[in-house]
Order: sequence, then C-alpha cells, then structure tokens
Amino acid sequence: MASHDAIVVGGGLVGAAIAFGLQRLGLATLMLDEGDVAFRAARGNFGLVWVQSKGIDFPPYARWTWTSAEAWAELHDEIRELTGTDTGYSRPGGIDVCVDGGELAAKEARLERLHNHSPHFKYEILDRKALAGVLPGLGPDIAGGTYSPADGHANPLYLLRGLHAGFQARGGRRKGGAPVTAIRCQGGGFAVSTRVGEYQAPRLVLAAGLGTRALASQVDLDIPVGPQRGQILVTERLKPFLHLPVSRVRQTAEGSVLLGDSQEDVGFDDAATSDVINAIACRAVRVFPFLARARVVRAWGALRVMTPDSCPIYEQSAESPGLFAAACHSGVTLAAAHVYGLAKAISEGTLPDAVTPMTAARFAHAPH
Amino acid sequence: MRRIDPATPTAVAIEFQGRPVQARDGETVAAALLAAGETVFRETPVTGSPRGPHCMMGVCFDCLVEIDGEPNQQACMTLVRDGMRVARQIGAGDIAPPSEPAGDGL
Repeated sequence: MASHDAIVVGGGLVGAAIAFGLQRLGLATLMLDEGDVAFRAARGNFGLVWVQSKGIDFPPYARWTWTSAEAWAELHDEIRELTGTDTGYSRPGGIDVCVDGGELAAKEARLERLHNHSPHFKYEILDRKALAGVLPGLGPDIAGGTYSPADGHANPLYLLRGLHAGFQARGGRRKGGAPVTAIRCQGGGFAVSTRVGEYQAPRLVLAAGLGTRALASQVDLDIPVGPQRGQILVTERLKPFLHLPVSRVRQTAEGSVLLGDSQEDVGFDDAATSDVINAIACRAVRVFPFLARARVVRAWGALRVMTPDSCPIYEQSAESPGLFAAACHSGVTLAAAHVYGLAKAISEGTLPDAVTPMTAARFAHAPH
Repeated sequence: MRRIDPATPTAVAIEFQGRPVQARDGETVAAALLAAGETVFRETPVTGSPRGPHCMMGVCFDCLVEIDGEPNQQACMTLVRDGMRVARQIGAGDIAPPSEPAGDGL
C-alpha cells in the first residue's frame, strides 16, 4: 500500500487548491481525481473572484472571502512562475447590474449589512446615469447597479490547469480515473481504496464536491451538500466592450462573453434547458441590447456544490483527527484561501481559526 | 478547390474584399469563395492567424466573414445573394456601441 503525507480526494478547484497548498509546504501529497464521470463543478464555472455577495449575513464567510480575494494576485503570480499558465486574473472591480428599482433597493440593503460588519468592504451605488457612464450600450430601462473595487475575475479552466500543473511540478502525485470506493481509519491514519489501488496517509482531505457527502458518511462526518444547477451561455468572440465583470455578464480575455446564471433545484440533472437559456439571454439583452446581435456558440449546465446556507463547510473529525472535509461553491474566489491559509493549517493538523465558525455544527439545530 | 461541373452558370455577382466574385445560385458563400481560389476568410482574434473553411457544415466557426457589414457570419451556412458584400473577419467581431470615456474613473 503506497504511503503519502497527505491524500486529497477530489481534483476539482477545491481539491486541487488544497493539494497544491499541501505539496507547496513539502507534504508528499496524493490527489485522487474521480474522472470524467464526476459532475466537475470546476469545469462549468463562471470565473468570478467575487466579494460583493459573499457572507452578507455570515461575517466569517465575508472575512474568508476577503482574505482570499486579497491573496489572489499572489496565487496568480505563483502559478504563472511555476507553470507558465496565465490564470487570466484581473481585479478591475465588479458591478452587479440591477434591472429595476426593487432589485437595486434590495441589493443596497444587503451591501449595507455587509459593510456594517466588514467596514473595509467599500462599495458604490450607481444610479442609471452613473452606470451608463461606465457601461456603454447599457439598456434604456436598467435601474442601476452596485460597484465594488474588490471584485475581479479569472479563467477557471486555466486556474484548474495551473493548480494541477503546479502541484505536479512540485512533485505531487495525481491519480486520475480513481474513484474512491472505501475509506477507513487505520492506526492513527487513513486507508483509502480506489479502483486503481490502495493508499494511506496520516492526513486525509475530502474535497470531492457533491461526492463529499457520501464519502464523509463512511467516516461518520456529516457534510450536508447537495446540487444546485446553474446554466451559462457563451457567445462568439467579440471585440472588448466590457472592461470589468458584471455579475451575470463577463467578457474573457479572448473576447468570448459568458452569460449567466440560474439557480435551479433539479437534483443531479446537469442538462441545459431552452427555457433557462432563453431567460438568461433575455436578461443579458435587456442589460446590453447590442448583445442581441451576438451569436451564442455554447450553453451548458453545471451543478453547484451547495450547502444549506450556501456558505462553505470546513470540518475536521473530532473522533479521527487528521481527517478533513471542505465543500463550497466558490472554488474560484476561495482558491487563494485554500492554497495558503487552509492548506497551512491542515499541514499543522488543524483548521484555520478563520474557518472554525464554518463547520457543519452550525446546522445542528436547523433541518437540512 | 474546383467545381465538379464547370458548365453551370455563375449568375450571382458578389464581392469579396472589394473584388467581384461570380457565384452560382443556391451555393454558400464559402463554396463560392473557395471556387474562386480564396483560402483566407478570417484572422483569429487571439494570434491573428489566417483561417479558412474547415468543416463546411456550421460547426467549426473557422469560415467567419463579415457580410454586408454584419460581423462573424458563417460563410458555409450563408447562401450567396446578388450584390452581397463579403469581407474577411479580422479579429473579433465588433458589435458594441462606440465607447465613451468613463466619467467617474471606475
């Protein structure tokens, strides 16, 4: 049975970031990646590094998001120096466009709550005139928007590739096509059975997205995650017209425009559907009428890894120290926090102080 | 590329890069341009590399051209029309309104 310092189950954005971080600290780490049969939320991501909507009623999540956003530039540089991969990260600020006055008022109230517990979080409410000054071609009936200088974006596929490449460049070992069939606590460490072999390590991190719940239940951890579908459309490449991400419209460095998104409770069905595609396109055209001339070249659905309150879950087993779990739907935004703060604490056998309020114990008295 | 049946009349007059091209009624822009010896239909947005039709069935998007001022048209999916003006698609299509300088420096 092959032995490592740490095993990470999951090769998506969360698992790869943690594995990258552990290997970076010198732990001989094995990343077990299920393969193309997995739901792979990391492959369906919109690519926002987004602060202005996170942890509004849960300050620890807002702080954790902030920490990650602040460290993202460092992560981008590190990946580029190590692997040559450009994650496409930039931080020009971001805008959430509100189509009507009701949306704008609700968003303003939410940002006020966020600012109240996180005074370092700065934002501006843009009325129609101010918004039209920043976004040429804005639709005639758009009420306004909210701007946060802390927001940014990146290419989630290059991020994933960079994390995998950097992990392996530092000597990390990745096994693909390796769905985990069994986990056992064994002699102060953990034994993991996969279709391609048996592995053991004194540290085990479960970061398998929607697969985490079933894996964790084998070792008496309750990680209540479930699927929430989001759909995205992508247009042909267009000349740059958007210099900063707008929550549901993002133009990539190559010129494609991503249009999102949806929140659908449809179980494990990750299909794209014409009604949602239509709704997303209609809203995008309402915000930017000239997009009606853009051709959509692809649409897809993907399943978010959603917790009962949509905030992340980080856990270390009380009965079996060294066994960790991490689950969230913000694998891009939180990538830097996972690479640096989370991996460092796990290497020391603990969770970061910053995430101790984010264990699943917070759901103990709430139904899920 | 050559026409299998060179005898069929080419009665439709289109324009490519300002030059006249004779096309057949019912054929696509891509077929007409290839028959006229044209191979470079566009330059890619990222590296500026030349590209021409590859799949001829609407899938690869390598035959994009500008038709009558409308960018990013698939030449292989568009039938010729008398008087049509076709130009190479250079880089990404531009559909956004002219941008004005942002007033408040965001």
